[in-house]
Amino acid sequence: MNNPVFVQIGRRLLQALPSVLGIIVISFVLTRALPGDPAVYFAGAMADEASIQQVRESLGLNKSWFEQFVIYTGNMLQGDLGRSLNTGSPVLEELMTRLPASLELTFMGLGLAIIVAVPLGIAAATRPGSWVDHLCRMLVTAGVSLPTFFTGLFLIYVFYYLVGWAPSPLGRLEIMYLSPPHVTGFYLIDSIIDSDAETFFATLRQLVLPAVTLGLFVLAPIARMTRAAMLNALASDYVRTARANGLSRSTVLTTYALRNASLPLLTTLGMVFSFLLGSNVLVEKVFSWPGIGSFAIEALVASDYASVQGFVLVMALMFVMMNLFIDLLLTLVDPRVSLET
Amino acid sequence: MKQFFRHFKYIMGENPVTVLSFSMFFIIIFFALFGSWIAPYDPYVTDAANTLSPPSWQHLFGTDNLGRDVFSRVIIATRLDLGIAVSAVAVSFLIGSILGCSAGFWGGWTDRIVGRLSDTIMAFPLFVLAMGIVSAMGNSVENIIYATIIINLPFYARVSRTEVSVQRNAGYVQAARLSGCSDTRILATQLFPNILPTMMVQVSLNMGWAIINAAGLSFIGLGVRAPEAEWGIMVAEGATYIVSGEWWMAFFPGVALMLAVFCFNLMGDGMRDLVDPQRRT
Repeated sequence: MNNPVFVQIGRRLLQALPSVLGIIVISFVLTRALPGDPAVYFAGAMADEASIQQVRESLGLNKSWFEQFVIYTGNMLQGDLGRSLNTGSPVLEELMTRLPASLELTFMGLGLAIIVAVPLGIAAATRPGSWVDHLCRMLVTAGVSLPTFFTGLFLIYVFYYLVGWAPSPLGRLEIMYLSPPHVTGFYLIDSIIDSDAETFFATLRQLVLPAVTLGLFVLAPIARMTRAAMLNALASDYVRTARANGLSRSTVLTTYALRNASLPLLTTLGMVFSFLLGSNVLVEKVFSWPGIGSFAIEALVASDYASVQGFVLVMALMFVMMNLFIDLLLTLVDPRVSLET
Repeated sequence: MKQFFRHFKYIMGENPVTVLSFSMFFIIIFFALFGSWIAPYDPYVTDAANTLSPPSWQHLFGTDNLGRDVFSRVIIATRLDLGIAVSAVAVSFLIGSILGCSAGFWGGWTDRIVGRLSDTIMAFPLFVLAMGIVSAMGNSVENIIYATIIINLPFYARVSRTEVSVQRNAGYVQAARLSGCSDTRILATQLFPNILPTMMVQVSLNMGWAIINAAGLSFIGLGVRAPEAEWGIMVAEGATYIVSGEWWMAFFPGVALMLAVFCFNLMGDGMRDLVDPQRRT
């Protein structure tokens, strides 16, 4: 365990603990901040006095705040986030069955955004002042001004109603297709496992518009960061030296500039995830996507608090995990980070 | 005051983008203040004989599913959307910069608490946190404002903390201290004006984001209730009709929202030039 990289990783894992604790405290406060008596809400509209009392005891509402918090954390660690009023099943189970749909969409959107934004940012940085640079700047300013739900509707109108290329924007598969046998929950992967090309392409067709909508939204910050990081790297001494030594243009760009620029880029990906997870909710609503975002919206409308709080908690934990993953990646990519210890 | 206007004219002459964004900003303010006089129709009066009619000279932006004039509704909505964003960002700016300035100036425990607080807020995907807050506190416009205040706090706290901690030992601060100013006085009269330019850019960027955020919340059915005219909820109402080709119901409020956000994003640099004390000489 003397390897400095492992020490670094361990230290980073420890640093995530306060954020997790903070998340648990805030979600605890949110569940207890309900106006009126939380027990009445959690028991549901049809509850009588006895069952309200029962809920009050099971939630531990008659105990002190600190005891309540300990009970809450204990339940959470056992995966008990309460029951959904809408469906009657445990919230965690509901969320877990819907999570793959959301993740498939999120990763697809992020992937698309990276594929377009990174080359665009690089092109803009290598030729400052050219049309690519202006295009990049325009896209960046316009991109952050676009409300996701509006872009989504606009794309539906053009590609479903006017041109007719896209399938109807309702869910993950059109009605005539059966969902592939459940292995991972990701339809794309499941249909490959099932070697069912038809379902695969049907899923893909359904996925394109929502993924493009999400991608358009996060494209702007990624392109801006790539451009800034590349400009920085290109102006550095090591790139100048590499050029002066007569290395080819592509070697200088990829091995010298891009590798160094990828560090600040990875760091900002954390912020991008925050936007991505938030706008995911809106995109799911627009495309009737059966993910955890739609679940949370239905729960919100029905005042199903346990479900909403469970959703907020799961999203926050996912966000922390993604940040952690990025940081670990940084530790592995950047030799300087491990030297610091 | 006269000096301010001369400075304003100078800034405007320098950059056409700033002129564009400021004039858009004044138009938005104008609509927000006098919208009810400009709107050609009553935004709440329904007309069963004239539902879902496409844009025409009578109804510039068409009519919605209840026959209400979309143009009037888009204009009337400016006040509510801008009101939510401005009040939320203003309060957030105030609290955030007080927290951030004290954290940066005094350091120690103040710094640790403020830092931990903003880290905890930032540990959530912010839109999701806003959803959670609104659902816990109750579904109303005020709670949307509170949620927006909370999720914007870390941005202001962080920017002002960094700026103050960089400048806290600058020459002018030491001069002020030598001439007998108290800490609070130095913060308020010396440091704060100097960090204002950076904060202003943050304000204008956050204003756009706050508008998108509030509209997003009402798009999913939180905050603003049905007959009320608000851009987010209007887009949501139009969403059901877009698959059958009635695009104008969602399109125009969406464009209004986009233009407002675009305007605030462009204004950032102009605002910085306007309030930067170093450029006022």
